[in-house]
Amino acid sequence: MYVVVAGGGKVGANSTRTLLEMGHEVTLVEQRPDRFARLEEEFGPVVMRGDATEISVLERAGIARPPELLLAVTGDDEDNLVISQIGKEGYGVPKAIARVNDPRNQPHFDLLGITQTVCATTSILGLVEHEVPEHGLVELLTLQREGLAIVEVQIESHSPAVGTRVAGLSLPKGSRLISVFRHGRTELVEPGTVMRPGDQVLAVVPHGAGMDLRRVLLGARK
Amino acid sequence: MKAVVIGCGRVGSAVAKGLLAAGWDVTAVDENEDALVRLGPSWKGGFVVGHGMDFTVLERAAIAEADAAVVSTNGDNTNLVIGQVLQKRYDIPCVVVRVLDPARAEFYAIRGMRTVCPTETAISVLLETVRETTPVPEVAS
Repeated sequence: MYVVVAGGGKVGANSTRTLLEMGHEVTLVEQRPDRFARLEEEFGPVVMRGDATEISVLERAGIARPPELLLAVTGDDEDNLVISQIGKEGYGVPKAIARVNDPRNQPHFDLLGITQTVCATTSILGLVEHEVPEHGLVELLTLQREGLAIVEVQIESHSPAVGTRVAGLSLPKGSRLISVFRHGRTELVEPGTVMRPGDQVLAVVPHGAGMDLRRVLLGARK
Repeated sequence: MKAVVIGCGRVGSAVAKGLLAAGWDVTAVDENEDALVRLGPSWKGGFVVGHGMDFTVLERAAIAEADAAVVSTNGDNTNLVIGQVLQKRYDIPCVVVRVLDPARAEFYAIRGMRTVCPTETAISVLLETVRETTPVPEVAS
């Protein structure tokens, strides 16, 4: 697979190293002369110096081939957005993954159609939430393009779903319970599965329906 | 009519003053408080300090009521992103974006943005001036 990596910071450099080890062909674009020199020492001709938001630079990096994958992982969110847009809309790159440095910029990526994004802050906060069980509902994975999220719900003794068969729950439209983790074992959810206190339920829900699911399983938020 | 000018440098401040003089209700936005100085002591328009990528800043500038927006911060990519957000999220009828790089200006113009490229303008004015003031060199055949 051919991959263009824009931005040679920690994320870009490590991705490049791993992709090369996996046997992929990579071009890494870095603008800063000091960084470029260091990267060139390690990666040789794989690294190209230039501003990856410039169309001529992207063309020299082979954007017109086009690469199967474009990683827009500079430290600047606007740059990452523009690089992804030029690659996808201008050159038909099938898959672009953009780094979101400031989670407050996530809505801009969503609005402008850059659906595959990675944000370290959001991921870390997701892990923090996962470690706090009383929160009730934890988003484990967001599938932007599909408009779905995989969530985990912890059933408590006073939850309204306790003692109810899954078939009898009025779950939000488009959502489904996948599995229940109880007594150290995971069971796939069947229509006849009965919710019990302490169950950890994995579910798939459409975006925005997480709180509805929470209400059905755990009741209104205290 | 209401206009919001995002990025109040040499270009943005002059545009803001020009629109105000033409009778527009103008709010200027800049990250740097000192940009207010460029608008002059008699500035009667609005001024909001903050980044144009920040929704709360845009909303303090009452962006949703704007009939026109001019985006002229010192970053091409910042302008391109803010311009698209203004078009798509706030549905502002006229969004004009300053882009210094001619290639990017054209790329986004083809895709429906009103981009203005000062570099392109400078190139054509310079060429024209040279052509007008200098006799055409004879081409050896």
